[in-house]
Amino acid sequence: MSSPSATARARELLGVGALTNASMTRWLNGLPGVDQVGADARAAGLGTRSIKTTSKAWAIDTAIGMIDLTTLEGADTESRVRSLCAKAMAPDPGDPTTPQVAAVCIYSDLVPVAVDALRGSNIHVAAVTTAFPAGRATMAVKLTDTRDAVRAGAHEIDMVIDRAAFLSGRYLQVFNEIAAIKAACAQDDANGAANGAAARLKVILETGELATYDNVRRASWLAMLAGADFIKTSTGKLSPAATLPVTLIMLEAVRDWRDLTGTQIGVKPAGGIRTAKDAMTYLVMVNEIAGDDWVDPHWFRFGASSLLNDLLLQRQKLANGRYCGADYVTID
Amino acid sequence: MAKFEYAPAPESRAILHIRPSYGLFIDGEFVQSSGGSTFKTINPSSEEVLAEVTEAGAADVDIAVRAARKAFDGPWGRLPGAERAKYLFRIARILQERSREFAVLESLDNGKPIKESRDVDIPLAAAHFFYHAGWADKLDHAGLSDGAGQPPRPLGVVGQVIPWNFPLLMLSWKIAPALAAGNTVVLKPAETTPLTALLFAEVCQQADLPAGVVNIITGAGQTGRHLVEHPGVDKVAFTGSTHVGKAIARSLAGTRKRATLELGGKAANIVFDDAAIDQAVEGIVNGIFFNQGHVCCAGSRLLVQESVADDVVMRLKRRVETLRVGDPLDKNTDVGAINSAAQLARIRELTQIGESEGATRWSAPCVLPERGFWFAPTVFTGVSQAHRIAREEIFGPVLSVLTFRTPQEAVAKANNTPYGLSAGVWTEKGSRILWMADQLRAGVIWANTFNRFDPTSPFGGYQESGYGREGGRHGLEAYLRTGASR
Amino acid sequence: MSPTASRRKATEPATPEQRIEVRKTYKLYIGGAFSRSESGRTYKIHAAGRSGRFLANAAMGSRKDARDAVVAARDAFERWAMATAYNRGQVLYRVAELMEGRRGQFATEVAAAEGLTPARADKVVSAAIDRWVWYAGWSDKIAQVLGGVNPVAGPYFNISAPEPTGVVAALAPQCSSLLGLICVLAPIVVSGNTEVILTSEHRPLPAVTLSEVLATSDVPAGVINLITGRTAEVAPWLAAHQDVNAVDLAGAADADGLAWADLERAGADNLKRVLRPAGDGADAVEPDWSPVPDLTRIKAYLETKTIWHPKGG
Repeated sequence: MSSPSATARARELLGVGALTNASMTRWLNGLPGVDQVGADARAAGLGTRSIKTTSKAWAIDTAIGMIDLTTLEGADTESRVRSLCAKAMAPDPGDPTTPQVAAVCIYSDLVPVAVDALRGSNIHVAAVTTAFPAGRATMAVKLTDTRDAVRAGAHEIDMVIDRAAFLSGRYLQVFNEIAAIKAACAQDDANGAANGAAARLKVILETGELATYDNVRRASWLAMLAGADFIKTSTGKLSPAATLPVTLIMLEAVRDWRDLTGTQIGVKPAGGIRTAKDAMTYLVMVNEIAGDDWVDPHWFRFGASSLLNDLLLQRQKLANGRYCGADYVTID
Repeated sequence: MAKFEYAPAPESRAILHIRPSYGLFIDGEFVQSSGGSTFKTINPSSEEVLAEVTEAGAADVDIAVRAARKAFDGPWGRLPGAERAKYLFRIARILQERSREFAVLESLDNGKPIKESRDVDIPLAAAHFFYHAGWADKLDHAGLSDGAGQPPRPLGVVGQVIPWNFPLLMLSWKIAPALAAGNTVVLKPAETTPLTALLFAEVCQQADLPAGVVNIITGAGQTGRHLVEHPGVDKVAFTGSTHVGKAIARSLAGTRKRATLELGGKAANIVFDDAAIDQAVEGIVNGIFFNQGHVCCAGSRLLVQESVADDVVMRLKRRVETLRVGDPLDKNTDVGAINSAAQLARIRELTQIGESEGATRWSAPCVLPERGFWFAPTVFTGVSQAHRIAREEIFGPVLSVLTFRTPQEAVAKANNTPYGLSAGVWTEKGSRILWMADQLRAGVIWANTFNRFDPTSPFGGYQESGYGREGGRHGLEAYLRTGASR
Repeated sequence: MSPTASRRKATEPATPEQRIEVRKTYKLYIGGAFSRSESGRTYKIHAAGRSGRFLANAAMGSRKDARDAVVAARDAFERWAMATAYNRGQVLYRVAELMEGRRGQFATEVAAAEGLTPARADKVVSAAIDRWVWYAGWSDKIAQVLGGVNPVAGPYFNISAPEPTGVVAALAPQCSSLLGLICVLAPIVVSGNTEVILTSEHRPLPAVTLSEVLATSDVPAGVINLITGRTAEVAPWLAAHQDVNAVDLAGAADADGLAWADLERAGADNLKRVLRPAGDGADAVEPDWSPVPDLTRIKAYLETKTIWHPKGG
């Protein structure tokens, strides 16, 4: 079921002849623990950084460029998605120097709409699949969901892990599912992915359900082992969604993973990041925990909707020197 | 060049009014010295003169002690504890209200980063007053009465001498319990950092604290000696070097003065192979680079289990490289200025000795300002117990890394020092933490954390790190006459 | 009876009148062994009061004996300090049991040493034994009474507990040869310290008998070491000893040729904890040991250790 390459690499990293749940459990349990209080304190400390003037202007534009502008509602319509795509391409119609966002993030069935609306731009289409947000469906459904999105032109797939399997210790099952979805992202048929390239796979850990930082670390490593291109905190459908300490732990994970394997993996906090100040704190964290290489939309994203407008308001304040109001930015 | 540069984010000095010169705060007022000599206090990050300060002579000390005695024998001594408490609550509140002012002044005079003065020193100072305020009318319930049920009583006039590393915080550690217990005080701040103590004198005025209850006299070692040796002083509280602590202990020999001494340390921060590695690295960094390493309980000796030593040191260096060294008033500064030229010279001397003894020196690649006193965060590896940098208190941002193989060896090395102030233990194994905590001969054991302070938590050392505790019920006892010691 | 009738064969036992008392050699007690002073010196001990009769030649301990005693005390420290409080309490209580068995001997010696009537001496012995029992019972209560959880403002568990300070050198009271001795000795060891006791200079015999009790008790060797001799000669070496953590100067009162200030000053070189003698100013007086004490003497040899640990999920 899982791709041979992911399995082969996992065997090598784990130093085992065959991947078993037991060997995977041993490996994950062998990761260093996370002290919750210490991790919280470190995140809070980074939260006291003060980003002013030129660095603030730079950070605002960088953050805008890292946004996966998101709508994930049952009520999403074609026009709602088109409207979101318009906003993604011209976040501030009054200021053409405003950067575009990185991607729009939508349900998989709306991918064709977004692909069409964003044609000609560099903005990616990201689709949530695998029976998002609960992930409660058969593997066949999850694979079909994913393949459909990729075929429809999604550049990025945001999948959810099976939290039930993870929490009950069926790590091999989680691994296999991620690896299988990864393989589905790579499929390339006649109507295949744009540019013929594989879609990048973001693996949503739904850290709010994993509850402990130790679990967040293990899930991060498990996802990376199985072939994730990105690890993502949350679906945004439950609280807590992204938090600074959880993102801190995931940034440590991708940093350590690159040290171990040489492969760079992206990080995407999603949900609950609403203000420019929040975004700058996250950027500080990326900068100081993972480092310079991750300060790039290719390696770090914000899954957000209302964040964009706050960034735009702050951007206008910096440009005009006066505070702005909600009526001066577009709602979508 | 990094993609994400942080623009300067300096805290404003506008909130502050530093007077060109300060007298002594005696009997509720600022007064001129009878002798009249002065000295200058400078900003260690720029060498700019901040103010001229009075050097109290023997006659000034005598006047201050008499003022304190008069207050003790007078209104303060008769004041019910509940009313005394209100003064302390007032002081706590005023410190909170004026916290930004205090933080800026502390960073200017001391060189510590504003984020530390703002987030640690000043809030904790206020917390100490708040905590002790509540004790003032509850001393009978502190569990300090003797078997006959006699309630504890204040000692009288307390002479207090504090260091330059946490000027206002050390002041609060001293004054808050002293006043809560009903004593009056004469306090001498360090000569390089007198300004927040002098601002605190204004707080006493704003609180309408009765004259003479708190007296602040400035000066250097000689002033401190006059104070400690003054026959009118009933108790001496000193925080500072072990060298001076011993001299004080000698000078008090044969008298009936009480003493508490908080002195130096050479704490081991012990990291086991199963530690929560990222938090351990933070703890190591916090342990030695917090407040430029000007911390008596600093984790200046890293003892790391051999099996993870390379990994820990790699992570440590990577982390230290992200420390931002520079302008103490910049809100993003992690490591500020060394407090004085003399201290800088001492750090340089010991680090040179470390190199000549054969340890491997690594300093964070940071650009240091040209003016002022600066020292880059430094890590020595390949250090052994015999090296002076593993034995002597450097009191600067310099870490010595040693290794161990077994818990027993870690304990043996950690305890192999005449000091015994603090120690750190990093392991995810609960029973090992408790075993280590039993074995380590130190007054404060931080397990999976480091450099935490709280007014309710007793602080103080074993052996040559001094005696007595500050904080909590234990600290209160040092300011009270109880039991047979009445 | 005729002279011939009274002449007994050499092999017959002596009559009670004839019997010559077997005297005890009063030795030092160091590391669980009885030794003469390495200096080979002794000094004469006389009874108090009018008779002033010769009682014994006591060993005159030297600075080297003190040094050896400190080594013994240091060696014994870790095990004694780490023993469970329950165990220490039982071991010390056992000493009281053995003292009770020897109370006649103690009474005789105390009477001679302090010039007391037999009845008064008996009372003093009772008080001394009872004081020992009182202190023994503290072993497993000290931590609860003096320690506790501190409610710090943050997600941390924070607890303070008392620990023994280490090796304590004590100058036993000069006058109260048994009760005073125990009032000084017991609070030091009950919390886990080990000690070197410089006995009353002129009234050392009850202390030596106590050491014999200790030797047959379960108190581990080296935990309590007793040195007889000239206080003024040996005390300065103990006060200056860098491996001694604390000194008790109770016996500086009435000690010949000794200023306690000098001892305290010497102790400052390694920041010894010093329990000053009672009295005002430079004067040192020996207190009345009979009232039930408070915790002052126990606390004097305790360190407060505070432990922090985060509380997280």
